[in-house]
Amino acid sequence: MREYIDGATAIVRGALAAGCDFFAGYPITPASGILMAMMRDLPRTGGVAIQGEDEIASIGMCIGAAMAGSRAMTATSGPGISLYSENIGLAIMGEVPLVIVDVQRLGPATGGATTVSQGDVQFVRWGTAGGYPIIALCPTDVADCYRLTVRAFELAERFRCPVFLLTDKEVVMTPATVAADAFVPLPVPERTTADTGLPYEFVPAGDVPALHLIGDGAAVRFTGSTHDEGAFITKHGPTIEALNRHLAAKVDDHVAEITMMDHIAQAGAATLIVGYGVTAGAVASAVELSDSPLAALIVRSVWPVPEEAIRDALAGIDRVVVPELNLGLYRREIERLAGDREVVGVNRIDGDLISPQQILEATA
Amino acid sequence: MSITISRLATFRNEKPYPFCPGCGHGPVLDRLDEALVRLALDPARVVIVSDIGCSGLSDQYFATSAFHGLHGRSITYATGIKLANPELTVVVVMGDGGTGIGGAHLLSAARRNIGITVIVMNNLNFGMTGGQHSTTTPEGAITATTPGGNLEHPLDICATVGVNGAGYVYRGTSFDEDLADRIVAAIENPGFSLLDIWELCTAYFVRANRFSRRGIEQTMGELGFSPGVLYERDVAGYSAAYAAAQGGTANAPLGVAPQTIPTEFAHSLEEPATLLLAGSAGGKVRSAARVVAEAAIRAGLWVTQKDDYPVTVKTGHSLSQLTVSPQPEPLGPVTPPDVLVVLSDDGLRKVRPLLGSMHPDGVVVAPPDLAGVTTPAHVVLVDPSEAPVRIGKPALALSMASAAIAAAGWFDLAALRAAAACGPFAEQNTGAVEAGLALPHG
Ligand code: SF4
Repeated sequence: MREYIDGATAIVRGALAAGCDFFAGYPITPASGILMAMMRDLPRTGGVAIQGEDEIASIGMCIGAAMAGSRAMTATSGPGISLYSENIGLAIMGEVPLVIVDVQRLGPATGGATTVSQGDVQFVRWGTAGGYPIIALCPTDVADCYRLTVRAFELAERFRCPVFLLTDKEVVMTPATVAADAFVPLPVPERTTADTGLPYEFVPAGDVPALHLIGDGAAVRFTGSTHDEGAFITKHGPTIEALNRHLAAKVDDHVAEITMMDHIAQAGAATLIVGYGVTAGAVASAVELSDSPLAALIVRSVWPVPEEAIRDALAGIDRVVVPELNLGLYRREIERLAGDREVVGVNRIDGDLISPQQILEATA
Repeated sequence: MSITISRLATFRNEKPYPFCPGCGHGPVLDRLDEALVRLALDPARVVIVSDIGCSGLSDQYFATSAFHGLHGRSITYATGIKLANPELTVVVVMGDGGTGIGGAHLLSAARRNIGITVIVMNNLNFGMTGGQHSTTTPEGAITATTPGGNLEHPLDICATVGVNGAGYVYRGTSFDEDLADRIVAAIENPGFSLLDIWELCTAYFVRANRFSRRGIEQTMGELGFSPGVLYERDVAGYSAAYAAAQGGTANAPLGVAPQTIPTEFAHSLEEPATLLLAGSAGGKVRSAARVVAEAAIRAGLWVTQKDDYPVTVKTGHSLSQLTVSPQPEPLGPVTPPDVLVVLSDDGLRKVRPLLGSMHPDGVVVAPPDLAGVTTPAHVVLVDPSEAPVRIGKPALALSMASAAIAAAGWFDLAALRAAAACGPFAEQNTGAVEAGLALPHG
């Protein structure tokens, strides 16, 4: 049995499997399919879906709902992520479990609404003030949209932080054939809550304290200001430092746990292709089509950068090829890990996809 | 968990207010405290959502639940909290600054009648940031950013939310003896409630404008902004409306539920192949492509479908390109199709650049009136008027696609018939497929 479905449907199916019961979004191509499916299906499962008056309201409602006990998701494209920016910071600071879908389209500005791109790969990482880490997962195809959406909810619960599902117009809007058994039932991610005690805890070892939900047990405070463990505003230096180091450490100290990556290793390969998202398919095809052995990495957890795993994959490699639908945005992450190896990009910014042949030309 | 509530003497914590002497914020918060005491709510289930500015400090002086977010967005968080748990009592405390930067949220909250209460501590300027003008600064008033007098008309907050459906709207001052009663009434209204409370910012507005309690009353009078309860409506509130609407759809099957397609027929493809349907908007091009795709899947093939159409969807071209393969194929760049079906002038215009680069083994299927194509591929003229039954405009795309599939011979035509016979348009689709298969196709 097979299905003929697009990424938007798979993302919504994944979200519902993960127990998502709150969605707010604002119409934008190519993410509107997710909004419309949520508006139709979420009420049928007892959840709440709402179209916000703008992107700022949409993510704001999600953050409020998440802190009152919902499992929340929102979806937009690059222009909407621009408007989410300040609230992404709030979700980081307030330690809110939240899934944000970015269906990338060609930018800058309005750009091409129905045109594919991978131009937001650095933007989602650095899209809010302060430079604190987020998690971003990149599905390569429709089946991956389902699995990684569920995983995004798991990571959001585990680390109490915004998790991006970084996808694109082609994966989300192109109906594709998928084996029906790709949609295996997945358990609803665990949620650890506490109904008494302080709402925050700045654990030096990078551990993540239980979630305190508003309306569940004792009074709960939430704040986006620099705060102590009781969520009261503070100017006490050591407390400020403990808070900020905690926000970074809880993600940075768990890279191995977050890492999702396929390594295609081949004996004798001296060239490694590193791809993510929609270009991953062309990377795998290039490896198959090549006359000489090639190695490849398909990075699904693009943030935090799986540095150790990438360094391991670089052993024995002297040339790295990074195909991307941008001018080399993720290549810089590879370059800083590659030492003196040659790192070349295969870059397409005309709104079409990269072919395996284009990648092979760069490996020669 | 069940909680026994004994009436609290205060919802405040032990912290003293940080506000300047004479600032209106403290008295307003005292009236809020009185209102909460009178309502005898569980403090954990009362959420004070504070905005930014001096008023944004407010939540820290209460023993209730609290949410302190970004400037101007307090209403959005409050909305999310209320939607997630309609049992909570949600009170937003914001300044006049928030009504400017968050104006869209104010309007939408009123239109939605989300059951929250908004207290605007309206002191006619920005306090915390140094006395700049806000949306409510009266014309002519001196502020740090209007040294020659404000040139803008002040926002009538109450009228704005009132005419847009708010359940309860009150305008008053921090000096009102009965403010606690008004806050109780606002919280008790199931819809959106707003209290526009004019106050003194002793640090800035009072100093710059020799402003006073009398000045507040005078300014209200001059502007025609009357005090008192301005709107009081019997409204349901958004959460109740949502729950009622939801009742109508609960347990309906999910749109994203699996719709599986059996692989029950044979195909003869060894390599991936592409089929491009090029027609006009409104010509059912995409739905024809979908039927062909489902047919190919029934024949054990793996299909992806790329659609292209102008942003104004009801005009111009409509293109659907199917990539059909014996193995799963990753998404790739657009290539000249192996089989091109031309359905209209709009479609032909759009695909003309591709015609020259088609493979000599490729096929272009076109009706005789669109025969003027120059391409190395074979051109097969298919005349829809030669069908035994008349092919109407809505059926044309699927009929021509069926003729093309018959000519291409990629898979068992029984798969096409089976795909057509599924779904709500089975009759029309079957008619279109049969008419197309009956067409002479060279
Ligand atoms: S600056 Fe103005 S608003 Fe702020 S506390 Fe002082 S008087 Fe009140």
